[in-house]
Amino acid sequence: MSSPSPFALLANATSLPWSQVPEWPVAELVRATAAELDRGGRLCAWFGVPEGAATRLVAVIAFDADNTLATARSAPATGSYPALTATHPQAHLFEREVWEQHGLNPLGHPWLKPVRRMGDAAPAMGEFFRVDGREVHEVAVGPVHAGVIEPGHFRFQCAGEEVLHLEIALGYQHRGAEAALPGGPHRATMSQMETVAGDTTIAHATAYASVLEALAGTEPPLRAQWLRAIALELERLANHTGDLGALANDVAFLPTASACGKLRGDFLNLTALLCGNRFGRRLVRPGGSALDLAPAHIAQLLERLGPALADVEQAAVWLWDAASVRSRFENIGTVFAAQAAELGLVGPAARACGLVRDVRYDHPAGWHRFAQVPVAVWPGGDVLARARVRWLEIQRSGPFLKEQLAAPPAGETRTELPPPVPDTLAVALVEGWRGEVCHVALTDGAGRFRRYKIVDPSFHNWSGLALALRGQAISDFPICNKSFNLSYCGFDL
Amino acid sequence: MFVLDTLLHRLKRGCETMPYPEGPAPALPDRHGGALRVNADRCPSGCRDCADVCPTTAITTPADRPLTLDLGRCIFCTACLDACPAGAITPTQDHRMAVRTRDDLVLGGDGREELRLAAALDEKLRRLLGRSLRLRQVSAGGCNACEADVNVLGTIGWDLSRFGIQFVASPRHADGLLITGAISRNMELALRKTYDAVPGPKIVIAVGACAIAGGPFAGNPEVLNGAASVVPVDLYLPGCPPHPLTILDGLLRVLGRLEEPTPAFPAAAGPPAPPR
Repeated sequence: MSSPSPFALLANATSLPWSQVPEWPVAELVRATAAELDRGGRLCAWFGVPEGAATRLVAVIAFDADNTLATARSAPATGSYPALTATHPQAHLFEREVWEQHGLNPLGHPWLKPVRRMGDAAPAMGEFFRVDGREVHEVAVGPVHAGVIEPGHFRFQCAGEEVLHLEIALGYQHRGAEAALPGGPHRATMSQMETVAGDTTIAHATAYASVLEALAGTEPPLRAQWLRAIALELERLANHTGDLGALANDVAFLPTASACGKLRGDFLNLTALLCGNRFGRRLVRPGGSALDLAPAHIAQLLERLGPALADVEQAAVWLWDAASVRSRFENIGTVFAAQAAELGLVGPAARACGLVRDVRYDHPAGWHRFAQVPVAVWPGGDVLARARVRWLEIQRSGPFLKEQLAAPPAGETRTELPPPVPDTLAVALVEGWRGEVCHVALTDGAGRFRRYKIVDPSFHNWSGLALALRGQAISDFPICNKSFNLSYCGFDL
Repeated sequence: MFVLDTLLHRLKRGCETMPYPEGPAPALPDRHGGALRVNADRCPSGCRDCADVCPTTAITTPADRPLTLDLGRCIFCTACLDACPAGAITPTQDHRMAVRTRDDLVLGGDGREELRLAAALDEKLRRLLGRSLRLRQVSAGGCNACEADVNVLGTIGWDLSRFGIQFVASPRHADGLLITGAISRNMELALRKTYDAVPGPKIVIAVGACAIAGGPFAGNPEVLNGAASVVPVDLYLPGCPPHPLTILDGLLRVLGRLEEPTPAFPAAAGPPAPPR
């Protein structure tokens, strides 16, 4: 930022009194947000806070190069307001969501339809963008898919084999995760946060715990921060390894597919060594970590990590050595850097377009303030690039883990957490394996949640998949889909 | 010569499929704990410590018993184990948790200290499905962890297909459904249609706390609190998510493919025949 921002600035995993969040009329908030996005900001969250019959809009923006977050809010508004999406497509789902949740109409939004709810009907009953003409046909897939996969509906507009347009209708996994939170935290809240997206348990649980810690004006003991960082990288290793295997499987390259399928389980079992659960449940708790690692556990982790990493390397070498694989990955499902920036993509999907954005590096919080993992970037924007970024990240998470496990900080793993401060806004970003997990909490006068916003990286990235399919053969949908491997439940909440 | 290298490497690694069930089952992680056991006679009078910390209200203290623990609602967070002053709830380290009726998941009271494991399907169904079971998976309002650990069974370490069990891409090809998730209202219709499209006789398997009782999201108006609200369920596999070993044990158990004798239970307590 060359000039000061009119927004209130805050660092990742910190809080701010609600009264210090600048307030403007809603049109002014849209204008100011647009101006901040134009000079390098990135929209992390855009949501409504009910106030009587009206709604306040809240914007949370990340300035990655400045390592700072910025927030502002609107005065209570009803009816309609000028859409931010009209000039900044990265807001398009956020504005649809606000319209769905609060009835605030973004004027000029090019494709205003519900995000998750369709009244009593299933999400795919809505209107879809259609291409007309001879030779044009429509392919509808889902919600139940041909495998052990989450439900979602894909509507392709095709001319022969070529996909002209893909529209993705989600909402089938909608469990009311966000709606259950006002008045909380409730007794079930921690478990619900761990299952917002089950394969991203550590990232979501860490974001939630960080929000509560920021609201309490404290932070967890160092050893807990260290444990969370280790669990986060194990989560990344397991999922990235699984993704490489799944990509190999989709191009019928079975050696890597078989090896990675098993190795993914090996990494999940390392997480189970921490907490008994392969997905990291019951590890992260507000105020620290529920469990500690004994020296014997650390030794066992290190001992099992080495061979698993060596095996992944072998499996990856087969993959990259095979010309048949490379030719199937290259120039398939390309998203250009400018498109990725406009859509606000995050995580490996963004880094595979050459964008340098990684919360661990841009907005370090917790243990990442002391120990960094290099950001893995690959230009290209195609399936190959998304696979390569995963492989680079595996290569970097491995040594990071070995290094960290060799030098554990001493001390407690959990402290008693003071109650949340009333009328306070807290933001926590965590770089999950799919990208930026963003949690924003606002407390009421009693210190309970007044509003809690969850943004899974998939919320940003599903549009990237839709764009990647433009001009592709429909038969390439599986590898494009796997190369993003987005969460349905994390989106549907 | 990468093809030869690849082949050589695979040959060197040999068969990576586990010996179970002929050989011993792989060990559960140390901190997993397995199924839980309830010794309600240890409960101090009037104590509600466990019930007060349970996030999913799996633990209740009814008038006639000191304590009941519903493993269908349980997400195995172990908060109750930490809270209990008397050690009334203990881990068994047993991966076997499959049951045939919802009631079999409720522990507490005399003779109900542990789960009553599932009996095999009746002879006729077992003859039809025992050596070849094709399942259609419906994911409906879960978190994708149950799906992930079902998928794991397809990897070379577990190799589910050696038992003749496969997941198929159409309900028309299936002998039954494997359901995960709390059943979101948005998936109710799709689940019903998928069930109807499976030709009979068919079985339904509910995997995980969500599919059994709604899991962490039970009670939210957006979910229907489990598969049984929409379709008849023949096998319940508790956990959040269940360990792959628990899922495999359940599948083999219901098909009568395990060597160990399945516990005989009184005819009255047996599963009611679901409408076919």
